[in-house]
Amino acid sequence: MSKNIPPNTHRHKNVKRIRESLALATCSLLVTSPQPSMAEEYQAPWEIDSSLLIYSERDRVSAFKPVLALRKEIGDDEFIGFRFVADVLTGASPNGAVPTDTAQTFTSPSGESSYTTPANEIPLDDSFEDFRLAISADWEKPLTDTLKGVFGFNFSIETDYTSIGLSSTFSKDLNQKQTTLTMGASVNFDKVNPQGGKPEGFTTMPTPLFPGPPPPPGEDDEDGDDDDGFFKGESKNVGELLIGVTQIINRFTLTQVNYSIGNSSGYLNDPYKILSVLENDGSGDLRTGDSPYVYEKRPSNRTYQSIFWKGVHQLANEDVINISYRYFWDDWDITSHTVDLRYRWEIGGGHYLQPHVRYYQQNAASFYRQTLIDGEELTLDYASADYRLGNFTTQTLGLKYGIYFDNGAEINFRVETMRQRGETESSDAIGKLQNVNLYPDMDASIIQAGISLDTDIISKFLNKAFRNN
Amino acid sequence: MNISLRFCIFFIVFYGLAACSLEPVEPWDRDILAQKKMQLIPDTLENYADEHIYFSKEASVGGQGVGGGGCGCN
Repeated sequence: MSKNIPPNTHRHKNVKRIRESLALATCSLLVTSPQPSMAEEYQAPWEIDSSLLIYSERDRVSAFKPVLALRKEIGDDEFIGFRFVADVLTGASPNGAVPTDTAQTFTSPSGESSYTTPANEIPLDDSFEDFRLAISADWEKPLTDTLKGVFGFNFSIETDYTSIGLSSTFSKDLNQKQTTLTMGASVNFDKVNPQGGKPEGFTTMPTPLFPGPPPPPGEDDEDGDDDDGFFKGESKNVGELLIGVTQIINRFTLTQVNYSIGNSSGYLNDPYKILSVLENDGSGDLRTGDSPYVYEKRPSNRTYQSIFWKGVHQLANEDVINISYRYFWDDWDITSHTVDLRYRWEIGGGHYLQPHVRYYQQNAASFYRQTLIDGEELTLDYASADYRLGNFTTQTLGLKYGIYFDNGAEINFRVETMRQRGETESSDAIGKLQNVNLYPDMDASIIQAGISLDTDIISKFLNKAFRNN
Repeated sequence: MNISLRFCIFFIVFYGLAACSLEPVEPWDRDILAQKKMQLIPDTLENYADEHIYFSKEASVGGQGVGGGGCGCN
């Protein structure tokens, strides 16, 4: 096999390393050329990736998330993989109501639990507590010399939500494997089983003054969903399709463009989100003739699309730029722009630093409202004060440090800060609310530590340790 | 702007730019492209964590792939 390495001075130093890495090159996703069957000679090790993430919002939600991913080559370019995830979530989440100059008390749909927000503070539902377990499996199989399939399964369960899904992605190499066409599809069948009962959209939330009638038994069954057994609750189905092109530009540059379309249907409300209902006298006071809080109501269907571009480029000093842009839009009139940039700076000796910048800007859904006026809940089709459907930006800044070893192992650690800032909708800021920030701004920090190795590395380490003893 | 027109313009611009600078890269010259840090998603667990965080805090989803599971994120 001839080697055609350009006479580039700084790269000459690495010729030996490059020769050694050619075997690795032939194993890559992009270079799926036929290779000797290594599986016949030895059992490939299990690749083990694990990480621990701590996500913490100021005065709000905290999450603790360990992840373990396993992957093994079981044939020529054929892999199986598994991922196990646990999420422990606690804290408070904005419920959609606006701050007022008196304390506010909120009750669950069943009336079983309540919480109180002090005056002039954004109301937060502090009963938020959840534990989520997720498992996924995938099988990557070359179907021909130029066609590969990846077939996936995922399942997750939490207190009030269950999800089960299937996916498949096919990649076709063209143009001497310089170009790869990708087509993917997935379906998810989810069940939402709200704690404290499922509220109907635009019905009032009980308060001490307006306790309301208790929900009739069996109310949740009115739309025919099966509420018995393990997989119970309101249905939410999601289907997604993706087509994409990955193109090698030159030895140092790779780029990708994807178009995706998805549809969710069924119960798309957030059962814990409400809206404040104001008097229609322009004062900005909560209404007094009935409960001043109603549950949100969203359409039962959503179609969303996106165009995604990514470029990866290695500089002469072996640093790598990874940049992406996504334009997203849906039929709820939400549009967004996302720019993400990572710069991997090789600082020598197997160490690297990677600064990360992400900027996200979103325009609100057509039915996003921060308040309603008394009576509007009877005339509107939909309304939600969920901050995630509003006008806002998210800025993320991060830094990652990693060290990688000759045997392929890597240890890394990253710290990020996330800042979400939204707009007060002037049309909803009525009377005394005009000088109040109605959007629940958020600051969060992310810490993640990861380690990658394989079972060969572990057994070599153990052998050495025991031999020394 | 019409959605399909927007998509076509993006595609044409992308391929126009790509075609200007395409260099055939032989299989034995793909050592650099084969490095882990040169993959489109170089750290899958970091990417998984980010996708989950932003999925739960923003209304936009996806772009890089399909599937991945649901979440009743609040």
